[in-house]
Parts: sequence; structure tokens; C-alpha cells
Amino acid sequence: MYQFITGPLLWLSFSIFFIGLIVRIVRYIRGLNWQMDRVTYTVNVSYGIKGAFRSIFFWLFPFGTRSWRTKPGMTVLFFSLHIGLIFTPVFLLAHNIILKERWGFSLPTISGTLADILTIAVFVSILFLVLRRIALPEVRILTTAYDYILLAITLAPFITGFLAAQHVPSYNFWLLAHIISGEIMLIVIPFTKLSHIVLFFLSRAQLGMDYGIKRGGMKGKGLAW
Amino acid sequence: MPEGILCNKRPVETKEELQALLDDGRGQRYYEEMNELEVDRAALWATLQKTCKSRMRTWLEICAHCGMCADSCYLYTVNNKDPKQVPAYKIQSTLGEMIKRKGAVDNTFMQMVMDTAWSKCTCCNRCGMYCPYGIDMGVMFGYVRGLCFSQGFVPWELKIGSGMHRIYRAQMDVTTEDWVETCKWMEEEQEDDWPVLKIPIDKEGADIMYTCNAREPKHYPYDIAETAILFHIAGEDWTVPSVGWEETSLSMFAGDWAACKLQVETVYDAMERLKPKRMVGTECGHAFRATVIEGPYWAGRKDGKTPVESIHYVEWVAEALRTGKLKIDPAKKIKEPVTYQDSCNYIRNAGLGDIAREIMGYIAEDFREMTPCREHNFCCGGGGGLNGIGRYRKQRNIGLKMKRDQILATEANLVVSPCHNCWDAIRDMEEIYNIGIKWSFLKPLLLSMVEVPEHLKPTD
Repeated sequence: MYQFITGPLLWLSFSIFFIGLIVRIVRYIRGLNWQMDRVTYTVNVSYGIKGAFRSIFFWLFPFGTRSWRTKPGMTVLFFSLHIGLIFTPVFLLAHNIILKERWGFSLPTISGTLADILTIAVFVSILFLVLRRIALPEVRILTTAYDYILLAITLAPFITGFLAAQHVPSYNFWLLAHIISGEIMLIVIPFTKLSHIVLFFLSRAQLGMDYGIKRGGMKGKGLAW
Repeated sequence: MPEGILCNKRPVETKEELQALLDDGRGQRYYEEMNELEVDRAALWATLQKTCKSRMRTWLEICAHCGMCADSCYLYTVNNKDPKQVPAYKIQSTLGEMIKRKGAVDNTFMQMVMDTAWSKCTCCNRCGMYCPYGIDMGVMFGYVRGLCFSQGFVPWELKIGSGMHRIYRAQMDVTTEDWVETCKWMEEEQEDDWPVLKIPIDKEGADIMYTCNAREPKHYPYDIAETAILFHIAGEDWTVPSVGWEETSLSMFAGDWAACKLQVETVYDAMERLKPKRMVGTECGHAFRATVIEGPYWAGRKDGKTPVESIHYVEWVAEALRTGKLKIDPAKKIKEPVTYQDSCNYIRNAGLGDIAREIMGYIAEDFREMTPCREHNFCCGGGGGLNGIGRYRKQRNIGLKMKRDQILATEANLVVSPCHNCWDAIRDMEEIYNIGIKWSFLKPLLLSMVEVPEHLKPTD
């Protein structure tokens, strides 16, 4: 069992994840149309690049845009969730030991304590995001079961991994559950709105080019995000 | 497939059709016929498949349902935070649903979509600035309007408006003769005060070709006279084209893309014909958006630009003040508290926020910003055609409250509003809410404070 899920299934999951995301990127770009989108993507390129860069850059920082500043609570939840989601699995010591064993290289690692803190931050953020979905009428009206399923899929590898890392009884069960839930997450990413891990950048770049090329980017300092 | 005589899927092509619509006061019969209008589902789905591509599909798909767009929308705020006014909800329940159902929607649904696209969104594009993904629901509602138009579900006034453009190449029934005569009349009117003032028509190779809003020749001809006097004082070499003088586009508000193309092409043809160095458009937001920002795309111009450089009136004013072509008499500057209405179409969507402030620096002593302002401004309440649609008058009037409260918070007495739509909205706001403010275009203000060079002063 362990052999299978850390062998062929892991390869399959990563293949689907990477190939799936590449397909999403290619399809997104191929589906752009300068005349229908009303953005001259391939003319005025320098303005487009500048606009795209600005449009992504300011949004990557907490309180970097007026939108983040007007919603401080949401901003904290958003960034603690995303920082935890990205940093914990990529820089976790245990993951990098496996990487070293399998492929002979590893990335810098974070301490166990920091990993625990980031993981707990993910738990707390998801909890509050769920409460927010229930409590705020403007979010409730948008929320569907799909949103909760995606939160659950995202949460599962963190809960299981956290329990396994604490060496709770039935360690083996949690470890297997962790690996499988992680693989499920990798597989569903390209097929669901979790594909935003690449489409966020493309969508932001697109609107940035729109503003950078057409909507005033050639005049003035560029849009104050 | 049942089609009404007035309400149908065909755009207005003849004067008779246009007159029949105009004779139907308030569109009473038109909207009755709309209740019977059948949706061409196959055509709708075919259009969606052909034109709703990766940008909008991705927007609809990845929307995280986070609700961060809610407070960005003034219509959400002024409607007591009605969740049905959340931009993401508005677009998901219309365009999103249309795609989910593969175009299989009925008359009731399409009327709901029409009501949403024109009375719950003014295409101000503010929500796109507040969405972490940059999902611009104003852009999408512009697109939805096109879908509605193609199916005949368009507000009566805008069916007429786009018909006007198709027949007269102007948003109102102003013919070439009417236009030329109005210009001549305004020139004659000024003979006493400005003896050598001319409104040059079809002059080739001028520095400036001026374009305007059909309302000006139709209802406010003195706006043209004011333009002429200011160009005269500034010593500009300018002209107006006899054909291709209309900068606006009600067809853009209507989602009639074919008419949009016809309209802007007349202006571009005038540019090609008269070869001016630049085009200067009047104090109108959507006109600039239509002819300068979006127009090149309708006309298929691959560089996304107009045939000659085209600037908004505020850009010309700022330049004239900066270079000293227009000099303001310091004693005549605006003394009372004054604020500036940022038009979505040329501030957020064309980057002219700084230009507006530069002008205010020259003409006002006590300039007060609204909060928020510049790119983050709120729509005046009447944008996207909403001002002119009787069916949604109530919704428009509720929407005006946001701008009313913004203006009141500045404690200004005067609102400078170089946009016809904003100007109308503020006028109506004063009429409805009586907040005791004045509002003005730039031209009359400038004329009241500009220094007239000695050689231009009339000799008695």
C-alpha cells in the first residue's frame, strides 16, 4: 500500500498536477483575443508588461492595494492561509528529506515549530473563512457546496499531516491519509478553481495589460491598485 | 418565432422604424411586446461559444465567492447592502447561469438579465479593482448587454439610441445640415463680442479636429460657442468635420456592437479626410471611452489607437493652462469650496486623474477631494446609460445617494463635472434631493475667469 501510494500514485498525481496546469496556462493564453478582449496584447508590449507586473505585484503584499486595506480582516485570513499553504509543504523538513532520498537534492527547510505555526494558521484561517461564509450575507449568497468541498480538500492534507507529525496513536493511518489527501489535492487542482494557483497570475496580468495598454496606462503613472 | 413590431431582434435600420418607436410613449407597447419575445436559444449558445472565451470563462470559473467585490459596488451599498447587489452574484446569476444552461433560457430569465445589466450595473468597472483576481464585472456586463441586444432584450431608449446612430451617425436626430447650420448660427451669434471668431468646418490639416456630443448641437448649442471662444482665445488652429463630428455612442450602452463600429468609423474617416494633428473631444466621459478607448477595437485597428492622437477636453484644458495659451485671472478664480466629479470613463478607464487635479490647481482656491476619488471614485449614479432609461428611474434615483453623500461630505457648493452623464446625474440629484449645490462643465467656468488678450478684445 505505502509502496503504491508513494510510488506510481505519487508520480501520477504530480504528472496530472503539472501537466494539467500547463494545459490550463496554454488554453488560457490561446483563448485570448485582442479584438474581443479589446486589448492589443502583442502591440504596445512594454506598456502591457508594465501593467501586468504592477497588477500582480501590489496584490502579492498584505495591504498592498486599496482593496486589501479596506478589508483588513479578510487580508489577514487570506495571507495567513496562502503563506501556510505554500511554505509548509515546500519547505517542510520531512518533505525535503524524502526529496533528498529520491532525487538527491533538497530545498531550504523551516523548523518544526514554524511548520506547526504555519499549519495552525491554515486551520484557523480556514475556520474563519468558513465562519465568514456563514455569517456574512454578501458571502453567503455566493457560497455553494463546491466552495466547502474545496476548503475540505485543501484542509485534509494539513490536518492529517499535522497529526502524523505529532506521532499520535495510529501514526501509520494518518500518514497514509496524509499522502492520499495530498495526492487528491494535487489531482483536483487543475480541474477546479484551485487552478487559480496559476490562473491568478494570468488573470491579474490580463487586467493589468488592459489597464496598462488601453485604460490609461500610456498616460499618467499607472493605475493605483 | 414571435417577434414584436417594435420589440424584436432586429436593430433599427429605417427612419420609419425609428419613428414608430419614438411614437410609443415611454415604450409601453414595446415592453408589452417584450413579454412575448422568444429567446433564440441556439443563436445565444452559438454566440456564447464563439465569443465568451478564456478571459471571461476564467473569471466566471475561478471567482472564489469571497465577496470582496460587495463593498466596491455603490449600488450594493446604497441598496442597504442587498446581497443580490453583490457584483459576483449579479454576474454569476446572469452570464454564469446562461453558460451553465448552454443558452437554454426563457423570456423571464432574459428580462431579469436585462434588468440586471442596465439597472444594477453602470459598467463603471470599479469592482474589477477590488477583486484579488481582477475580475471585472463591468466588462462582463458590457458583454452581457451585447447578448441581450442580439436577442431583442434592450431598454426602449437604448434601442432608439442605437437606431439613431445607425441612421444619423449621432445619438440624436441631428443631420449634417443641422450640425453645419448650428455651427454657423453660433459663429454669427458671437459676431458682436468676438468679431473674428470662426468655427472652421472641414478645414484640412488643422492642429485640432473637435468632436462633440449630439446633445450640444441639439439642446445646448452655446456649448459649441463656448468651445469656439476658448479655442479662439487660446489661438488654436482648429476645425470641426461636417461628417464624423459625433463622439458619443449610445450603441455602446445598448451593446449594439455593429452600430458602435459604424459610428466610430465616421469619426476615423473624418480624421483620415481632414488630417488634423490631433482630435480633441468634448467634456463627455463615455464619448471618449467609445471613440478613443474602445473604438479602435470595434473598428479593427490593430494598434488599438485612433488614426490621429485623440485627447479628452480636460487634457486640452490642462495643456492650454500649462503652456499659457489660456491664462486665468487670479481675481476670478473660484473662491467657494469646489469639488470635482471623477468620471469613470476617463479617470478610472483612461488614466486622467492627475490632469483633472492640474486643472483644479489653476482655477480653484478651495478645491476639495471627494472620498474616495480618482481611479477609486464612485460612479455618479447615472453612468452606463442608466440616466436615460425610464424603466429604471427609481433604481437610478436610489443610486444617486452615494454621490450625494460624497458631495455633501466635502461641504463644497460647486461640483465641476466635465462629463455629460455625471452632469445630468448631479442635476437630477439636486432636483430630487435638494442639497443646495451647483454643478458645471469646465467651459463656462473657464470663460468666466480667462484673461482675454488685448488684440482679441472687441473694439467699440
